[in-house]
Amino acid sequence: MSAALIEVEHLTMRFGGLLAVDDVSFSARPREITAIIGPNGAGKTTVFNCITGFYKPTIGRLTVQAGDRAMLLERMMGHEIARKAGVARTFQNIRLFSGMTALENLLVAQHNRLMRASGWSVLGLIGATSFHQAEAAAIETARGWLERIGLLADADRPAGELPYGAQRRLEIARAMCTAPRLLCLDEPAAGLNPRESSELNELLVSIRDRDSVGVLLIEHDMSVVMSISDHLVVLDYGRKIAEGAPAQVRLDPAVIRAYLGAEEDEVPHA
Amino acid sequence: MGLRLATMLKDAAITAFVAAALGIFIVGFRTADTGSGLGFEYHFVDLAIAVATVFCGRLGLSLAANGLRWPSMALGAVLILVGVAPMRMPSDFLHWFVALGGVLLIGRGIWPWATDAVASVQTRPSGERAREIGTKWFGWILLAAAVLLPFMPFVDQKTMDLSVLILTYVMLGWGLNIVVGLAGLLDLGYVAFYAVGAYSYALLSTQYGLGFWVVLPVAGMIAALFGVLLGFPVLRLRGDYLAIVTLGFGEIIRLVLLNWVDLTNGPAGIGSIPGPTLFGAVFSETPPAGQRSFSEMTGLAFNANHRLIYLYYIILLLALITNAFTQRMRRLPVGRAWEALREDEIACRALGINPTNTKLTAFAVGAMFAGFAGSFFAAKQRFISPESFVFIESAIILAIVVLGGMGSQIGIVLAAVLLIGLPEWFRELGSYRMLAFGLAMVLIMVFRPRGIVAHRRPSILLHPPNGGGAR
Repeated sequence: MSAALIEVEHLTMRFGGLLAVDDVSFSARPREITAIIGPNGAGKTTVFNCITGFYKPTIGRLTVQAGDRAMLLERMMGHEIARKAGVARTFQNIRLFSGMTALENLLVAQHNRLMRASGWSVLGLIGATSFHQAEAAAIETARGWLERIGLLADADRPAGELPYGAQRRLEIARAMCTAPRLLCLDEPAAGLNPRESSELNELLVSIRDRDSVGVLLIEHDMSVVMSISDHLVVLDYGRKIAEGAPAQVRLDPAVIRAYLGAEEDEVPHA
Repeated sequence: MGLRLATMLKDAAITAFVAAALGIFIVGFRTADTGSGLGFEYHFVDLAIAVATVFCGRLGLSLAANGLRWPSMALGAVLILVGVAPMRMPSDFLHWFVALGGVLLIGRGIWPWATDAVASVQTRPSGERAREIGTKWFGWILLAAAVLLPFMPFVDQKTMDLSVLILTYVMLGWGLNIVVGLAGLLDLGYVAFYAVGAYSYALLSTQYGLGFWVVLPVAGMIAALFGVLLGFPVLRLRGDYLAIVTLGFGEIIRLVLLNWVDLTNGPAGIGSIPGPTLFGAVFSETPPAGQRSFSEMTGLAFNANHRLIYLYYIILLLALITNAFTQRMRRLPVGRAWEALREDEIACRALGINPTNTKLTAFAVGAMFAGFAGSFFAAKQRFISPESFVFIESAIILAIVVLGGMGSQIGIVLAAVLLIGLPEWFRELGSYRMLAFGLAMVLIMVFRPRGIVAHRRPSILLHPPNGGGAR
């Protein structure tokens, strides 16, 4: 078992009187797909928002292993989490730059690298060669991703005009263009038809195997969760109720109770 | 058919009645000084002509709406003929009014054809490309016209004055476009940076004797510094809240200028600001001691218009620099980050873009161009006072950006010509000119709700239309 990519320890998030996440600990390893599942209101998105810096946790420690350094996410500013710790995310309701083209979306994701190459715009303004090379490389990266998600022909169309499934894939590609260590996906299969959903599975598996990126996933679609995830974390009412391999979690009585609301004595014992 | 005509006539009659009822107090009566106090003047002929025009206009519109396009256009032609006919009407404005009614009817007749034609061009595969080329050529033609304007035979001093004014607003519009159009930060106090630039030049030139070309970059820097100073605390705010704070900042700067009498001379303003020089030559008939005049340098006879033409070219150059700079920035990472920030700030943060720094650069760059424009304004006017930097200026610049189409450079030129030019050209209409101004704004918002040029051109293409891939 390799070292954890991200370690979540005793994460607690309180909104006034509401305890949204209560002492949750788990870890996700590199080159693995870790899925967080649970009924509505279980606190999955809150965990995500803590990891990606949109909320500051009330209690808890979030450690990311970046090379040989450990970084504490809860001490970082929102935008530094993506830039320094290499944690990228997508959103439950797609947040593309809808007026900008698909290509532009992918270039904005490479902002920090390009900004350095453009000498904070000074080199870019005078048209230095080094900047043009960096930009060409960025376009190549973007082209590669557009090809992988099957949107090469639509590169110059505004992102908002693309079909829904294409927007989902583009948002994932955009997050990947930041060259992350950990990719956090908030319900990527929501609203997809079965074919699009299986395409998404392939994309996520290839991100895990080809790009060697750890994937953290919130998902309701059990066909996605069961077929591709290596590790499952189950939340209910803000608490972790089970963790483990999919086959094992599926049979966990506490999980079945949380999903089906069955009485304890009705749950068949495995 | 007969029934429909009857309905239309009835409809037109009702409209005419409403017009008469509204107009009787506005047009029909007027107070006048009779020598022994205020009395009434009666203008029932005016009212009758106006009501008749409204009647014909409404009838024509109904005809066009029922497919009778030709009779409607014929009615429009009659109205135009009556409007331009050399017969005596009680006021010039009525000529305008009647003729405009006719133009409206003809326009209504042509409109369906025009939109069909435009739609058919746009749906053709070459349409997108045709529009690209059209915009490009339109820009170059506009530029050529602007460069040649001072040498046109019909151009007099008044036109030149107006052109300088319009170009100043074009430049301010382009500067504000960076903040509002690209970065999406609603700035209602843009005129503050314009004021900072103007006072920077006025003070540095009158107190320390520095010339225009030396102070110009300095004024831009000072204005940019003010942009950062304001931006730092307030850019965490969004939308309406940011607008309110910038509005306040605009007022604060004006009030400081008004009340810091030791520095700014308060409401009395700063006078005798030197104008810009050309290689050390001043534009005046009798140059001050130690300086030579433009007419001495070139051997041309002194002409007061030389100064105006020179000012015109300076502001044209400054505006073009603003444009070139903005176009270039748009293709750089920072420009794309500005647009991304306008689209979705949260997504930007998730991609590792520092929103505060990105907004600050937009604010500073926008302020810098306002500073340039401000020092030009001071050099042109040779007298500035806080009265030139009131809120309505900010509002007009913002209106230019919004009406032009957020983020569109050429749209801003058109909007500036409309918004600054119209009130000046219609000065003959007297108190009706603001009515024409308002009408223009309403028409733009009705027909082009997203601005005159709403089309956004991508900053980079993977598949350029003329073949080949990206660079």
